[in-house]
This record gives sequence, structure tokens and C-alpha cells, in this order.
Amino acid sequence: MTTQDDTKAHAQGDHPAKVAAKRTPVDLAIRYGFLSLMAGLILFFSVASEGFVSPYSAVFIFQSVAITGILALGVTFTLVVDGFDLSIGSTATSALMLSAYVMVVLEMGAVAAVLACLVMGALVGLVNGLLIVKMKVPDLLATLGMMFLLIGLQRIPTEGRSIATGMKMPNGETTVGKFSPDFLWLGRHRFDFFIDNLIPVSVLILLGVAVLCWVFLELTRHGRLMYAIGSNQRAAALAGTNVNRYKILAYMISGVLASVGGILLAARLGRGDLASGNNLLLDSVAAALIGFAVLGAAKPNAFGTAVGALFVGVLLQGLTMMNAPYYTQDFVKGSVLVVALVFTFALTGRRRGSNH
Amino acid sequence: MASTAVEISGLTKAFGANQVLNGIDLELHKGEVTVLMGANGAGKSTLVKVICGVHPADKGEIRLNGKPLHAATPSEAIRAGIVTVHQSINDGVIPDLDVASNLMLDKLAEPGAGFFLKRREIRAEARKVAASIGLIVDVTRPVGELDLADRQLVAIARAMTHEPELLIMDEPTSSLSAKEAERLFALLERLRDTGVAILYISHRTSDIRRLADRIVCMRDGEIVGRFDQKPLDYEAAVHAMLGHGMTEADLSFKPAGEVVLALERLQITPGAKPINLNINQDEVIAITGLVGSGKSRLAAILFGLEQPVSGEMRLNGAPYAPMSPGQAIAKGVFLCPKDRGSNGILPDHNLTKNITAPFLARYSTGSILNRKAEARAARATIEKLNIVCQSEGDDIGTLSGGNQQKIMVGRWLSEACNLLILDEPFQGVDIKARRDIGDKIHETAKGRATIVMASEMDEVLEIADRIVVLADHAVAGDHDNGDLDLRLVLAQVAGQANNDHTKTASGQ
Repeated sequence: MTTQDDTKAHAQGDHPAKVAAKRTPVDLAIRYGFLSLMAGLILFFSVASEGFVSPYSAVFIFQSVAITGILALGVTFTLVVDGFDLSIGSTATSALMLSAYVMVVLEMGAVAAVLACLVMGALVGLVNGLLIVKMKVPDLLATLGMMFLLIGLQRIPTEGRSIATGMKMPNGETTVGKFSPDFLWLGRHRFDFFIDNLIPVSVLILLGVAVLCWVFLELTRHGRLMYAIGSNQRAAALAGTNVNRYKILAYMISGVLASVGGILLAARLGRGDLASGNNLLLDSVAAALIGFAVLGAAKPNAFGTAVGALFVGVLLQGLTMMNAPYYTQDFVKGSVLVVALVFTFALTGRRRGSNH
Repeated sequence: MASTAVEISGLTKAFGANQVLNGIDLELHKGEVTVLMGANGAGKSTLVKVICGVHPADKGEIRLNGKPLHAATPSEAIRAGIVTVHQSINDGVIPDLDVASNLMLDKLAEPGAGFFLKRREIRAEARKVAASIGLIVDVTRPVGELDLADRQLVAIARAMTHEPELLIMDEPTSSLSAKEAERLFALLERLRDTGVAILYISHRTSDIRRLADRIVCMRDGEIVGRFDQKPLDYEAAVHAMLGHGMTEADLSFKPAGEVVLALERLQITPGAKPINLNINQDEVIAITGLVGSGKSRLAAILFGLEQPVSGEMRLNGAPYAPMSPGQAIAKGVFLCPKDRGSNGILPDHNLTKNITAPFLARYSTGSILNRKAEARAARATIEKLNIVCQSEGDDIGTLSGGNQQKIMVGRWLSEACNLLILDEPFQGVDIKARRDIGDKIHETAKGRATIVMASEMDEVLEIADRIVVLADHAVAGDHDNGDLDLRLVLAQVAGQANNDHTKTASGQ
């Protein structure tokens, strides 16, 4: 009994000292560094560039990152189970082409187009998951293969042309279908919010998806088990987790969210444009990886991913308003990513290492 | 009789606070096979790694042919003449390259080797090496196409290109069939006759009987027995290796309750004798046996990770045939796996998350987790097992090994169950933590059946109400831990109760 009390007293006696030791400047920097950097940027741009602080500018930033943000949240799920999904970009563009095909060529309505895209996204995720779980193909390679396959597949029905009303089909007919107004509403409607016509649908969808992802990953047992799988797959399996099912689920969520991104892109463009969406994969993966650095998480997380996407949006919008040329954008994104990765792996790794 | 090849004196090695080697003195003679025995965690692999230059020694000296050896890296040790063939065959060969390239690999990696490959020269030299050890194989074939024995021989042949003074073999037969092993033994005997000193690590009775000129036993980082009088006293060696200093553990014998788990003609590997065994409520059964005796296999079958060859299991009278750990847990059969690092711990997760991982459904309503309930359960476990930590929110990595193990055991004690299986629950923990864990297992044993898999005899005697000995994937003995004939138990562990030794070799 004495030993037990001793141990407890000892543990409690240690408590304040250790907690104080935890809050070193490095720890603070790791935890709040990225958020402060973002606050600093916003402050800088609002001083340096007139008109940066306005509801329209804020909404523009949100709108510019809505689609990549949604894709990034999807890829976050695959990162959580220690996987990776390279096929999100091409899944999104496939959804873009599929929705155009359904409405313009098959002359069906908005609901059919949306459903077809969501089902396709889920199927792509299912195939990815099965390739990885059942066929034991490494995640990067399986989704790389899927990426290629989809890029090719979306060109076949139209012999490599973009889809628009009035185009000639391979069989010689001219398409007469149109993008349904309900579908275009998804991309073009703006809700009133204090100011008339302020908030686009895509921004609301982004916020909704982000909250749902956060709740799922942080608050539910399914999210916890996904993190457990990513942390030590074998231990998770021995704790009774159905590892395969959760992995497949992660890829399906990734596929569905990618198709949501594709739908929004199609609704904004109003045509099945083959060339759009080239940057989706890199941008969204970058957002998810930048998310590692937010709050010193050092792991994929929904909040970080959303912040990561916003960070890039703020930076690009600010630079654009300060007349930085468009062709510097990728360079800026790349730099942010590298800095974020250093935050995550060098600094956090050092802290973890010293704890052991 | 033979001159000394390697002389090790006063060797110590610690990893952090964990003293792994505790003053090893060992001589290895030319032209002699020395078998090194020891239970898991006795320090065998660390000793090997120090000798072959993977880890530096803290103190002590290694002399090779009378001269001090200072090998800081494995390649330096190899150049000095100390060559190791590791347990996992694929560590020793590169499956995608052909035999010739594999045999000459170290030559290719040597500093000063030419830039371009000289294929013809390499093949010619490789053929010579292969022929010298009796390896008959087309040297242009990829190693991946060869059978296991040939691959093992390639690994050894590769070792022989260095003209070793000392050849270390770490459980080389663990994946070979009896026939394949025989080819390996013939080769080793030939090497021994040319004057190479061989250090052979194995648990297999048949290997040791066939090859050993001398047996050295390790336990807790020390050499606890040397046997070089022919005929070798294998039983005494096992005795020394497992140790049995009777402990003052207070065992009050409880009357066993009802049968919880009944194994009926359960054959766990093809060719093994079927197992008939009843596991009773309130009872702690220790299942012991050497590495490869079938303990892990049995645990895997009970937990739904693997399927038996034939036979039946009954849990509380109803047929029990789990297809996955999830099904086993749902039926109230828990397994605390061995080797917590790879099978149990969720790194970068806090203590709470590590404790509640298998039972999240219980801590959630409609999938949403109740963190307060989780934290309460974690605090209860921390309290119950005397775990030293600041709070239940600590990262698991900040705990010492013993406390991590307590978390792993506490995880499975945090819910009531029908049958709790603990596979090597005392692995890598100090004596204090071992007592704590053992006491908790006993305190909570009422109302369930408990199986503890352990190979250390000390641990077995300390924990068990009943001791079941496995050998060759079958039950070799079943004793109450009352007035126990320890000699008989050890003989059964050593596989001497049945004299069918060829089966020992093919039992893997």
C-alpha cells in the first residue's frame, strides 16, 4: 500500500514541473506557429493592400479553395489510415465529364447527374480500396494506376473532345441536351448573408464537409479506429478492428468527396471541359500535408487540412491583390508546402525524439 | 584440444536503463560448433550483434586469434573474419539478383572495386565458391527462384567468400524442412572440419543433438551454463536456460470452476498430434514450451487469427470457431499479444486511446465517443495497475517499457471476459512490474478463464495454477502447480518425453 501511495505522490509531485517543461518556446512555436503565420499574413495583406479586408474578398478566398479543400479533406482520410490517394484529381475531372455527359448527351436532369457522379466516386474508391486491401497493391501504385485509367477513360466517350451543347458526337449526331439550371445553381448561386448574393453554394458545401469530416475523425469511434490503423495496423487488427473494411471506407470517402469537387467544378464551368482541373491533385494534397503542421498535430487531421487550404487561398489572394503575376502561384504554393513539412517533421520529430 | 578463435571477456551492453548483457565471458574454439541457447530476451541476439559489429559494447573485449578486435561496423567485422548468417533468410540474399551476383556482392561493394561489372569473371568465381561448399546450382538463376535451403546455402556461401574465422548462424533452420536442414548440417560439418569456429543459435532439439560440440546457455544477459562433456546433457542445458529459482509467490490453490473452453481433438498444424484440453473458470493456466512449440500458433487459433487443421473448440458449451479477432472479442475471448511494440502499442496515441481501443463501442453512443467515460476507464486502469505516469493524456511513448506493458495488460483487464489469453505478458519487464502484472492477473482471475503463454520457467511457476507443456504443437504434459516434478516438466519442455526426434525437425 505504501508503495502505491508513494508512486501516486511522486506522480502528482512531478506534475507541475513536467507541465511547465512542456511549454518551451519550441513547443509553442510548433503548436501555434502556423496559425500565427496565417494571422500575420492576413494582417500584412490588410495593411499592404487596400480592399483585402472585405466580405467579398473573404468569400472569394473561400470560393477559390472550396473545391481543393473538399478534395483535400477526402485525401486526409486516406492519409489517416496510412495510405494515399493519387487518383482524386482524375476522379474529380471524371465527375466533371460524367455530369456533362449525363446532362448534355443523355439529356437527363441535375439529380441524375449528381447521383451518377457520387456513385462513380464511390466505385472508384471501392476499386482503389480493393486493389490495396485484397490485391495487396501498394497504395501509391494502385491509385497512380487508377489516376491514369480515369484520365484515359473520361476521353473515350467523346473521342477526346470536351462536352458542350451543340457539339458533334462520334456517331454524327449533334448534342441537344443542356446543363440543367438546377445543376448550374450549385456552382453559381449565392446566398444572402447580411449582404445580398454573398455566399456561394460551394463555400457552404466546403464548410459542411469540413465539419462532418472533423466530427467523424475526432469524435466518433470510427475515426479513432482509422487513426489506430494508421498508427499501428497490426495492433489495431489485434484489438479487433476490421482493418480492411476501414481502409476501403477511407478510399470510398476520398472518391466520393473528389466527385463532389468535380460536380462543383462542372457547375461553375457549365461545360465538360477536359482541360480544367489539372492542378486539383497537387493543390489538395498540399493542403492536406500543410495541415500536418497546424497546431503541431504532426498527423493528418480535418481541421489542419481546412486551415491548410485556406492558408494557400489567403496567400494567393493577397499576392494577386498586390499584383504578383499568376505564374508565381505554383512557386508560392510549393514554398509553403516545404516550410510546413519542415515544421511537421524536423521540429516535431525533434521534440518527440527528446521525449523518448 | 582446439585452439581458441575468439575470446570474449567481460562484455557488457545496456540499452538505456535496460542491462542486456551483464559481463559475458566466452571462448569459441576453432573447428568446434558451439550452440548458444537462451529464452527470448536472454540477450542472445544482442550478443551476436555486438560480436558482428552492429552494436558497440559498453565494456569488455573481443579478441580474434589473440588480437583485440575493434569492429565498429558489420563490414569491418566481416573483413576481420566474423561472418553472420541471420535468421531471416532474405536478409542474407537479394532475391532479384542472380546467384553469381549474390555470391560476389560483398566483393562488388568493396571500396576500390571496378566501375563496370565483369560478368564472366564474376560467374567463374561464383562457380568456384558454390562448388567449394557443395552448392549445385546454375549461378545465372535469380536467387528468388531457388528453394529455401538453396537460398540459405547461398547466404552461407556468400559468407564463405570472406574466409571466415568465426561463422555465426542465427536460427538457420527455422524455415527449413528436415531434409533441407540435413544438407545444411552436412555443410556445417564440412566447414567445421576445415577449422572454422561456428556459433550456432537454436532451440531445436534435433539441431543441437546433431551438431553441438558444446552448449552454452544464456539467461538474463549472463552465461549460466556451459556443457562440453560428451554426451551433452541437453536436459540440464534447458534447465539452465529457463531457470527455476523457486519464487516465494503466494499461490493459494483455488478449486477450478466450470469448463470455459474445451479443445477437442484440435490439430493446430498438419501432422501434429491433436490437442484435448479443458480450460476452467477461475483458473490461471500457464502454457509453456520452447520457441516453435506451438504456443503462438495456439494463441492465434484461439483468437481467430489462424484456423486449426481439424478438431473443435467449445466456449461455455457452444461451438466456437472465430474467423477474426473481432469475432473472438465479441465472444469474450481476449488476447494480449506478445511483442507489444509491433502488436499492441498505438504509437503517438495517448494512454486513454491505447487502453480503450478494443472497446470503443462501449464508450460511444451512436458512434460518438464519450471522452469523459474513456478517461474515467483509463484512470481506473492506471490506478489498478499502479502505472507511473502524469495523467491519462500522456503519450504512450513517454512511458517506460514496464509501464507500457502494464497499459497493454490493463487494456484487456478493463473489460470482463470469458477467456483471457496473455502471450508472454512479462516480456521485457523488470521483476517489480512482473510481480504487479502477475498479482493483477490473479486478483481478477475470478469469473473467467486465464491462459498465460510463457517460456521462462520462473514466470510460469510464479503465475500458474496449472501448467500445460507444449512440444511439437501438441500437449506434452499437464500438471497442477502443487508439488511439481520440475525435472519431468523440463524434460517435457525439451521434448524428451517422446523420442520421435525426426518429428521435432519437421514440426515447424
